[in-house]
Amino acid sequence: MSGPGAITLRVNGEDRSVPAGATVASVVALLAPSPDGCAVALNGEVVQRGAWAVQGLTDGDHIEILTAAPGG
Amino acid sequence: MSAEPTPAAALHGAAREAPCDDAADGRLTIAGEVLASRLFLGTGGAPSMQALDRAIAASGASIVTVALRRVDPSQRHSVLDVVRRHPVRLLPNTAGCFTARDAVLTAQLGREALGTSWVKVEVIGDERTLLPDPVELLDAAEQLVADGFVVLAYTSDDPILARRLEQAGCAAVMPLGSPIGSGLGIRNPHNIAMIVEGASVPVVLDAGIGTASDAALALELGCDAVLVASAITRAQDPEQMARAMALAVEAGEAARRAGRIPRRFHAEASSSFAGLADLSAVSEE
Repeated sequence: MSGPGAITLRVNGEDRSVPAGATVASVVALLAPSPDGCAVALNGEVVQRGAWAVQGLTDGDHIEILTAAPGG
Repeated sequence: MSAEPTPAAALHGAAREAPCDDAADGRLTIAGEVLASRLFLGTGGAPSMQALDRAIAASGASIVTVALRRVDPSQRHSVLDVVRRHPVRLLPNTAGCFTARDAVLTAQLGREALGTSWVKVEVIGDERTLLPDPVELLDAAEQLVADGFVVLAYTSDDPILARRLEQAGCAAVMPLGSPIGSGLGIRNPHNIAMIVEGASVPVVLDAGIGTASDAALALELGCDAVLVASAITRAQDPEQMARAMALAVEAGEAARRAGRIPRRFHAEASSSFAGLADLSAVSEE
């Protein structure tokens, strides 16, 4: 549940309540120790790094924050 | 320039033809970039980041692949920290994608995350076989090429599909020797040789390598490089196996250039029969 002034996002498969003014950059900062090596998809579209700080979010948005992992 | 064996010659031993190789000095070139080693390393499956670090160093690999997964806030050391210590090109893959759409989006995220437009595109058909889905793969490859990616395509050992991927603009084709992680080696050397024969982009044998002799065979068949992951990372001693793979790749390449002898049904003496002494006993009469 989101309180007043908060929205609920689906971030990497889990619901998270964040302030209504949250941006992609602020959500990335919640999960990633450093934005280096990370990429973000918002509702199935890539958000370029340069837009993270200005990209606003709305209730119910799906965000995937990915980084490199071991793999062949 | 010396004549080199054809793929058919590599398979069976036969007449030689003109070389079909890359850089003038014999080094592997993909999309205009000269690569120092014909061994590529996949980072999945290592028992620890320390083991991976040592394996990368011992392999001398020129390209190291990574997958893209959700950020794990509890993870202290990233695979990136390890890979970036080495003079290698980072190659993000689209492992785990079942559709062209997911593969394209994953490739775009890899480009964004890692700052490279190179991608190993991989679109699998199911989890049991991990075999490529050719329809989705070709679709993904076409979209990624159009989007400016340098596309290295993980594909089956089908020469026609390899040709279609090359025609779509892939910078390299990466046929499997056998299913991912199976260690079954190269199950259809004839198809691999046919892919090599038909390709004018580099052919990288990917998946199925079990041990060093499999990697040597890939190069002997005319492949330009091999990508090894599990065979190194899941070996009892990954560092030692990485070294073995590096030697195998070098040996296989040297053997291919040298040109193997034809296979024969019967023996052919290497010592001449001319001048053979008559050592039969003198008759005792």
